[in-house]
Amino acid sequence: MSLRIVVTVKYVPDATGDRHFADDLTVDRDDVDGLLSELDEYAVEQALQIAEEADDAEVTVLTIGPEDAKDALRKALSMGAHKAIHVEDDDLHGTDAIGTSLVLAKAIEKAGFDLVVSGMASTDGTMGVVPALVAERLGVPQVTLLSEVSVEDGTVKGRRDGDAASEQLEAQLPALVSVTDQSGEARYPSFKGIMAAKKKPVESWDLSDLDIEAEEVGLDGAFTKVEAANERPARTAGTIVKDEGEGGKQLAEFLAGQKFI
Amino acid sequence: MAEVLVYVDHVDGAVRKPTLELLTLARRIGEPVAVALGNGAADTAAVLGEHGAVKVLTHDASEYADYLVVPKVDALQAAYEAVSPAAVLVPSSAEGKEVAARLALRIGSGIITDAVDLEAGDESPVATQSVFAASFTTKSRVIKGTPVITVKPNSAAVEAAPAAGAVEALSVSFSDKATGTKVTGRTPRESTGRPELTEAAIVVSGGRGVNGAENFSIIEALADSLGAAVGASRAAVDAGWYPHTNQVGQTGKSVSPQLYIANGISGAIQHRAGMQTSKTIVAVNKDAEAPIFDLVDYGVVGDLFDVVPQLTEEIKSRKG
Repeated sequence: MSLRIVVTVKYVPDATGDRHFADDLTVDRDDVDGLLSELDEYAVEQALQIAEEADDAEVTVLTIGPEDAKDALRKALSMGAHKAIHVEDDDLHGTDAIGTSLVLAKAIEKAGFDLVVSGMASTDGTMGVVPALVAERLGVPQVTLLSEVSVEDGTVKGRRDGDAASEQLEAQLPALVSVTDQSGEARYPSFKGIMAAKKKPVESWDLSDLDIEAEEVGLDGAFTKVEAANERPARTAGTIVKDEGEGGKQLAEFLAGQKFI
Repeated sequence: MAEVLVYVDHVDGAVRKPTLELLTLARRIGEPVAVALGNGAADTAAVLGEHGAVKVLTHDASEYADYLVVPKVDALQAAYEAVSPAAVLVPSSAEGKEVAARLALRIGSGIITDAVDLEAGDESPVATQSVFAASFTTKSRVIKGTPVITVKPNSAAVEAAPAAGAVEALSVSFSDKATGTKVTGRTPRESTGRPELTEAAIVVSGGRGVNGAENFSIIEALADSLGAAVGASRAAVDAGWYPHTNQVGQTGKSVSPQLYIANGISGAIQHRAGMQTSKTIVAVNKDAEAPIFDLVDYGVVGDLFDVVPQLTEEIKSRKG
């Protein structure tokens, strides 16, 4: 029996670049280089490992985004994913988390799936709610924030490390999992993988392919509105001393002056 | 006055501080009605009442411990339907955000996560967020449905405000999806006796410069002299020197204490994302060019193995 795995990934602005907002208070994607969200690399890695353990599995990588977002798909394909789906539509600009979960859920259903694998959060919005929202929409168990994951005989198992406890979780497929950066180092694409990726199929879908109306997504369909975005004022330069034997004492003096001691 | 649902984070009836902060914020926009679920739920009522909860809706069932997230969503939805609140506030823990998101979807509402401040607005509450590694501050509103907002720890000073805190049993019928993800085992984290990282007033962190798990005792000693939590940079965690649950940064916890002391941490963007909103920032680092020094109120360029023990001794002697 074949195991159909869909991995959701996001193309995000490089965090080391100078990120800022566009005039409509959406994220400006023109001035900063984009890349596959680092946290989604862990999702691709775990999906590939699950597929390698299964007799017969297919890994499809799915993203929503502008033309450039294909770069994120190519990266995942070069790591070893089998095929890719790119949801691209001008009406998607400004879509919030609720809308994103709608598009992902519809695309996942259209693609067909036994298991969805997501990263714990994107590195730009960092909300961390999309996996739970997609699980709610698909009506499948959410097995989220896993630092370990495995699939056997139609059951997904994993470990979730919370603040108060570490939990062992279990659910029947179909299910959605999300994995943390503790789940295992993501592999680097090999030269062979990069060459093979160029020949792998990338399907393009737009909103009409998913039976979604333009008003349901984008800035007009958003359930939230950013009313103001202001750059945080630069911190005023602090006092910096060189330790010449009294650095610890000088620091204690500063902390006492600030009433921390 | 409009009622505001506040989801209670508690451990066997002991309410965690971020919930008390939420009650303080909730009072700015209405009358707080708290929802406490699971073992010890009713025991939360006294402290919630002291902090402004006019009512505490409670429900206990084995489902909350035996299955992940969804039973709590079912219960919060039941509370929402019983109360018809003006807003729903949830602490920004990993689980809190998942519960809040699924509730928002079910009730046709928008969701804002990780608010660092909240004020009443003309149309709906206005949430302040800190984004792009805290390089920007945004103000946002939920514009459809009942606002569902999760709030980060340390976003408000806890203020007492005696209220009735009357306990009412919440009636909950679980959906057929509630039992989808079974919790088959649970290993409680061993308590270090130190404050919880995200809630602590002071955080003392160590990074690559600590140079080994065994040397973290220097960081812990400083933390203990100040009653602080211990944090670690991703480099220190990836090297296996300190547990991931203590990681401060983009892929770990984001903290906003009164005082943050970074030791042997260069201050890469991913780390800054997790600590840049700290009120006072102090760093000790050998490298005078380390980017962390751009953020500090006070920095010492020096070897942490000299500076930190001296600082710890000085704090201890000053505290007597």
